[in-house]
Amino acid sequence: MWTERIRSRAVGALPPEKLLPDRQPAYVSSWIYVFGVATIAALLVVVGSGVILGLKGPAWWHESGVGKFFNSIHLWAVEVFFFAMVVHLWGKFFMGAWRGGRAWIWVTGAIVFLVSIGTAFTGYLSQQNFDSQWIASEGKDGLNSVGIGAFFNVADFGQMYTWHVILLPVAVVALVVGHVLLVRKHGVVPPYAAKVARAASAKEPA
Amino acid sequence: MSPRQPNPAPLESADWDGPYIRYDLVKEFVVALVVVTVLIVLLTVLFSSPDDRPVTIQQWSRTDPAGFVSTAVTELDGSSEVATYGPPYNHTPGTGQKIGPLNLQSAAGVHFPIDTARDFVLNPLGSIPGNAPLAGALKTYQAAPAAQQKSWTDAYTKGLDSATFTGGVPQLPPGDYGPVAPMMASLAGMAQTGGLDGALLNANQFYQTNYTKPLLFLSGGDYFESRAEEQHLLGEQWGMMNETGSYPGQVWLWLYTFWYQVAPFDTSENADAQVWALMMLLSLAFICIPVIPGLRSLPRHLGVHRLIWRDHYRRVEGNS
Repeated sequence: MWTERIRSRAVGALPPEKLLPDRQPAYVSSWIYVFGVATIAALLVVVGSGVILGLKGPAWWHESGVGKFFNSIHLWAVEVFFFAMVVHLWGKFFMGAWRGGRAWIWVTGAIVFLVSIGTAFTGYLSQQNFDSQWIASEGKDGLNSVGIGAFFNVADFGQMYTWHVILLPVAVVALVVGHVLLVRKHGVVPPYAAKVARAASAKEPA
Repeated sequence: MSPRQPNPAPLESADWDGPYIRYDLVKEFVVALVVVTVLIVLLTVLFSSPDDRPVTIQQWSRTDPAGFVSTAVTELDGSSEVATYGPPYNHTPGTGQKIGPLNLQSAAGVHFPIDTARDFVLNPLGSIPGNAPLAGALKTYQAAPAAQQKSWTDAYTKGLDSATFTGGVPQLPPGDYGPVAPMMASLAGMAQTGGLDGALLNANQFYQTNYTKPLLFLSGGDYFESRAEEQHLLGEQWGMMNETGSYPGQVWLWLYTFWYQVAPFDTSENADAQVWALMMLLSLAFICIPVIPGLRSLPRHLGVHRLIWRDHYRRVEGNS
């Protein structure tokens, strides 16, 4: 039975104790671990403020003080999101976080970063102000130069808005969910082996 | 969080058989969400967000009528940047940036056809009702051979050097401008009333979302660029990662922006395509770090992990 097979595989890969554990290896005690969860927290604020801006319409924030407030929340949430994500990525690079069969965790994280850049770019294009005009005017040359501009027209507000509020956020959130599930499945990467033989409680992953 | 006895680790890292600690993931997430939200609200209250009003063709033609008319005549005679841009706007021989022998810009083809004379000048002027002299001028211009049209526009372009503007309307010294002079005067008048902004949008439907034509027209003039320069948005000002005002902007584009500042890209005619190709390559390498020999083992040699996991190393090495 398909349903049973899928359930068995899902529960086998991520039993509840693994999906939401209440213990972690002792080495998971560093400030660097804060930035992963901070990235997700900022993403929630980005999505939440974006939903409010979307529900009120793209011109609302130009005309309303409350709209401007939520636009500012959206802007600063994006800045915090990128800051936390970049520190998280650097931290994971220095930790060699792809070791021990964790390559896809790195790959999904790196793709989240790149897709987020596209999401932010389309957001800047959707502002409907001078910044949008100039970014579209400059951005078109880069995109046109490699043929992308033929299908992705930065001067078409309707097209950019669709990418920004639906397609790219869905991709970012789906990738983040996949990334977190992979982390839960494989566990947090252990430290490189210590310098002394007795300390090798960490088996060095490949 | 208190240390526990070593525990076989079927539920966590298969490559870790050391001690475990209690760890409340949900509490950590809730605390992070509260702290991050408070930080964002604080930044919002302190700094708000920029919102410079968009530039319009009306504003441009009123503030800088000479610049507007100079640009408009290049759109009419087909010598403007947009008229000679190539794909995806028009077929212009020899255009399209290349990566080596590869011309992806041309390969993608023309998808938003723009004939600047027709779309930016003739059609908008043709939409003005009840102006018989203008209608006659348009008819004369369109019926004339290309060489005659060029002669009129060349003379008009030269005449603009000595033009004066009264109420935004160009006054040129006597010359053989043919119908170009009344056409340009009407276009300037139309722009100054805001009519050209609307006329450049697709006129076949009520709702509009595609601003390709007005944006391309605007980008052909110096006024648009001077506004950008004031806001430190030009390419040589690292503008691609900046935004209006003193805000951080898209700082994550620093590497993309960086390549435009250095040789050979800063002087290359194919800089956009070359920088894009380079960034695609670097992005692919970034994604594939786990399988790139040398790069994947670099962090072990850098030693930053000893700082990150200093408690762990202190514990295990201190016990040796």
